[in-house]
Amino acid sequence: MNFQISEDQRALQEGVRSFCEGRLPDERLAELAEGGGFDRALWKDLAELGVFSLRRAQAEGGLGLGFCESVLVFAELGRRAAPGPLAWSQLAVSLIDGVAEGEVVVGGLDLTGGAALGPHLLEHLDHVDVLLVMDDAGLRRLDPNAIEARPVEVPLDPLTPLHRADSLPEGEWLAGPDEAARLRIEGAALLSGQLLGIAETTLLMAVAFAKEREQFGRPIGGFQALKHLMADMFVRQEVARSAVYAAGATLDDPLVGSAPRAVSAAKLVASEAALANAHACIQIHGGMGFTWEVPAHYFLKRARVLECCFGGSSEHADESARHLAERAEALVAARA
Amino acid sequence: MDLRYSESDEKFRAELRAWLAEAVPAFGPPPGIHDWAARRLYDTGWQQKLFEAGYAGINWPREFGGRDLSATEQLVYYEEIARAGAPYIGVNFVGLLHGGPTLIAEGSAEQKARHLPRILRGEEVWCQGFSEPSAGSDLAALQTRAVRDGDDYVVSGHKIWCSFGPVADFGEFLVRTDPDAPKHRGISWLILPMDLPGIEIRPLPTLMGESDFSEVFLDNVRVPARNRVGAENDGWRITNVTLRFERGTAFASEMINLQQTLAKLTAFAKRVTSDGVRAWDDADLRRRLGHLAAELDALWAMVKLSVCEAEAAGIPGVGASAVKLFYTELNQRINEVGMRLLGRAGLCRDEIEDMPNALIAGRSLQSLSLTIAAGTSQIQRNIISERILGLPREPRPTAEKAKPA
Repeated sequence: MNFQISEDQRALQEGVRSFCEGRLPDERLAELAEGGGFDRALWKDLAELGVFSLRRAQAEGGLGLGFCESVLVFAELGRRAAPGPLAWSQLAVSLIDGVAEGEVVVGGLDLTGGAALGPHLLEHLDHVDVLLVMDDAGLRRLDPNAIEARPVEVPLDPLTPLHRADSLPEGEWLAGPDEAARLRIEGAALLSGQLLGIAETTLLMAVAFAKEREQFGRPIGGFQALKHLMADMFVRQEVARSAVYAAGATLDDPLVGSAPRAVSAAKLVASEAALANAHACIQIHGGMGFTWEVPAHYFLKRARVLECCFGGSSEHADESARHLAERAEALVAARA
Repeated sequence: MDLRYSESDEKFRAELRAWLAEAVPAFGPPPGIHDWAARRLYDTGWQQKLFEAGYAGINWPREFGGRDLSATEQLVYYEEIARAGAPYIGVNFVGLLHGGPTLIAEGSAEQKARHLPRILRGEEVWCQGFSEPSAGSDLAALQTRAVRDGDDYVVSGHKIWCSFGPVADFGEFLVRTDPDAPKHRGISWLILPMDLPGIEIRPLPTLMGESDFSEVFLDNVRVPARNRVGAENDGWRITNVTLRFERGTAFASEMINLQQTLAKLTAFAKRVTSDGVRAWDDADLRRRLGHLAAELDALWAMVKLSVCEAEAAGIPGVGASAVKLFYTELNQRINEVGMRLLGRAGLCRDEIEDMPNALIAGRSLQSLSLTIAAGTSQIQRNIISERILGLPREPRPTAEKAKPA
């Protein structure tokens, strides 16, 4: 066992990081928010980088890598709030032609366990070429143009535009419940990576600001009340990192543990880290943090979007409780 | 980023598990907490058994009786020890988990040869003499004086909150060897034989109602200078090595125990009903327990990451502070949920049949020490924010000296 990031993984991480930092600086996020929340050229370049074909076998033109690498890459995408249905498209790479190349954008809607409150809210409907719908019966593909939907004027996340639809056509079935369930767990792992990235980037922003900003004649980062907020942000980030890497490693090697259990843990703690760190980042920025100009809000809003896809925190807490109950029963049986 | 234990790790696990399955039930239950003599006998007796079977000092060098196994085999060891419900490390804690590792890293050849094998064999019990009444979080303000006189140091002072004081043979003691130097630069690390003339040990009951703590009074105690570990006045750096071990992996087996505590609480919640409703069917409580289980899984992954990093670097990194901070507060949160679940039964520390009340009530009190010992949670937050995040340091004038009160 060597749980540390390998040299190759580090190189991949650094490559994607510098790409994302170059292409998605803060100003670009503001432009994207103005311009509908999607950038097709960026999407093509992400595809070229291998974001969607990472886990595809090399013989099929992919990079032949696994979930460890995927969560690292998705953390980098999360760090710069890269827009678009990234996880859905990576999941769909072997189901839909053209995804690997970035020519076909695949989005989705997860209705597992029953629809959420209110109408269906479809993300990036204007940008996707294929819409996948996942529910307890399996996975189907829908033609986005065949859906009767109207745009939501003010989505919570300006980089995740929404449409509302009261009903959906049935579409074409692609997979049964077992494969859908597997894809859902894999999707939750990818989102956990993005959430980890949000937890990281909001900590970096908070620390940089707190070192610069002066009040009472000194940098606010020297005040213990704020130092301790940021120390807690660091702990949440490291807890999330450990759980997210463990989820990646467990998906890649099922012999090391239960993947559903590892992924639920990762999704829970990464959601918590992203939301709490984004919140703390805004708090540390004070009045400026409440303005549109400081980009902290993009990360908080994206964290909300990611938190409630492929199982929200309540569902993953229930899943985690199910695994805990199994261990409790084993304990009782061992004593009897 | 690989979590798979190797074949040799698994072989080690199988052997250890088989041995524990026989050795643990044969060893019998621990004595009462107030009977120090019996506790020493029990805890060191178990250490002896471990040594004889080849399971002492898993990661210690072979030349001192250790196994020199990898960090991952050490994790396997913690997992199996906890799984088997083996006796707690108890009075061996200081020797095995920080005094010993500090000697391995910083001690002289003579010191290592003298102490390490005996610690491993359960023949030598250590205590810690770091804190003083006026030097808690501000540990470097310690004032216990050590004045060089020929081949000895003459040591006088007052140490407090020393665990295992009444049964220890040796102590790791921090003393001031240069009162004129800035406070961090005048400290030395001494191995103190606890039977020297001039040492008085007084029990200091903890809030558990137990005599786990003691105060140590030193009155002109002559300690041979060869008992100093490292260079004179370099004790603060060595202390940080010691504390990193304490904060890093020393709690690994307690973390696994905590997983078992949570499983026991869950078994209880699935069995107990209040107003006709099973506790486990309360979604809020169930999810809270599920969330805690997820956090424990994350913690264990964090330990694995930190152990792999420590193996690469030789000693635990400052990231150990994050592990310590998260673990200790999580431990308290788990016990807090347990106390809520128990309700009035938690008011009773006597065993009630089929209830984990004594366990949880005891742990909920005991766990209060975790966020204080080995650097309070607030000190860990200072360390993380200053040394990892690079935020401005707390006021710490470099010229500040430790002045006698």
